Amino acid sequence: MRDIAVVSVAQHQEKALTNTTEVELMVPIINEARSAVGLTQDDIGFTCSGSSDFLAGQAFSFVHTLDAVGAVPPISESHVEMDGAWALYEAWVKLQIGGVDTALVYSYGKSSPGSLRDVLSTQLDPYYLGPLWPDAFSLAALQARIMLESGTVSEQRLAEIAVRSLNGAADNPLAVRSSAEATTESVLAEAPIADPLRPSDCAASADGGVAVVLAAGDRARELCERPAWIRGIDHRIDPHQPGVRDLNRAPSAQAAAVNSGAGNDRLDAAELAAPFTTQEHILELELGLGNGTAVNASGGALAGHTMMAAGLMRIADAAAQIHNERADRVLGHAASGLYLQQNLVCVMEGE
Amino acid sequence: MAERLRADLVLEYPFTRTTGPVIGAFLTGLREGIILGIRRPDGTVLCPPTEYDPESSEPLTDLVEVGPGGELVSWTWVDPPRAQSPWDQPHGLGLIRLDGADTPMVHGLLVESPEGLSVGMRVTARWRPEREGHIADLEGFVPEDAKQ
Repeated sequence: MRDIAVVSVAQHQEKALTNTTEVELMVPIINEARSAVGLTQDDIGFTCSGSSDFLAGQAFSFVHTLDAVGAVPPISESHVEMDGAWALYEAWVKLQIGGVDTALVYSYGKSSPGSLRDVLSTQLDPYYLGPLWPDAFSLAALQARIMLESGTVSEQRLAEIAVRSLNGAADNPLAVRSSAEATTESVLAEAPIADPLRPSDCAASADGGVAVVLAAGDRARELCERPAWIRGIDHRIDPHQPGVRDLNRAPSAQAAAVNSGAGNDRLDAAELAAPFTTQEHILELELGLGNGTAVNASGGALAGHTMMAAGLMRIADAAAQIHNERADRVLGHAASGLYLQQNLVCVMEGE
Repeated sequence: MAERLRADLVLEYPFTRTTGPVIGAFLTGLREGIILGIRRPDGTVLCPPTEYDPESSEPLTDLVEVGPGGELVSWTWVDPPRAQSPWDQPHGLGLIRLDGADTPMVHGLLVESPEGLSVGMRVTARWRPEREGHIADLEGFVPEDAKQ
């Protein structure tokens, strides 16, 4: 296996980018990620992106966004209709195969023009679930009640997770929901938005984008003082139908953590892309995160959930903690689908 | 700043799909007013049915009738109703494990308020009078003691 590292990250997120196109959004982010390590597009061996036509309302919408990369002269490029974390996985595979030493990975999402909790119904199976248009908050509420009734989690614990996000996000300029003053009492006093879930249990949706530069071996050492070496990366999936799964669990998250070696050593920090407090709780259990691990110091996805980018943003946040020497071993997580159906875990270390 | 241009856009995917021997049978059953599950090799019954075992990927073929009564496994309250959903009034959304099935299915709960909803309560299917082989042929579920 080649040693491959995240050498540069850049991101932007806000509540709604009403008058900004995806191209206008991504130009400064991609430029920042490349120029921070002194690269131009000519120096990039492979480019891979993640985005959603359903959010853009247009087929092959990602082709337009290539204008933000610069695709002339022709570049080697690919796209996944998934969170950018899976684009990073594809780029990692490409670098493992060899022939290229650098890759640019980016993703973005603008969900503000529509109602994300309803648009997400389009990811459901088209026969049993999709035609009922159950919105994302209501479906998450069904899981939450099962978890509360079975004792997997308490309302107090959910409130603590919400407060951790709100307080952590207070120092994060990219967060769209934060509060230094929030307490479990103030969260528990909120009226339910989808009983038993309260507003602070549900991620605040956001618009934004993120770009990451990967490099292999000595190239990474040339470009970056302290590369975030990817020591393990894996993604797994569970069945789609909610009825066939134990909604207290996310076996695919545990499998991805085991296969990426997450538990092989102490983790200083973990950044989780959980769209609900209930799912953040499940992830902590499945990933085996202990007291020594700082979880979602940035506020995590709860503080700002940019559809298609929330996972790559978590990997970027985790890698940044290696770059600036705040941590030595970190975990970035991405999720996709209903009830954490699909999970990706990326374990990174500094030297 | 210039005024933003606006244009209506109808996003559609005008494909037709065949539903196959299992999903197709389930939807045809709905049209006839019955609910079908499918038996796994271990004897348990999945409803709604899938063509393949979710764990072993073995093909599944043994369709069995389940319901129309069942038990509420989880619920939430949807108010206001979602614009594209089959329901135009505030309603419950539930996971319902039908009699004879081992897994719950998602559907609507047709009650006037969330007050009477509780995990473990008995519910039963309410059908639309005109059915076309669609999941919404089931209008939803009502408390069994309110059966009409």
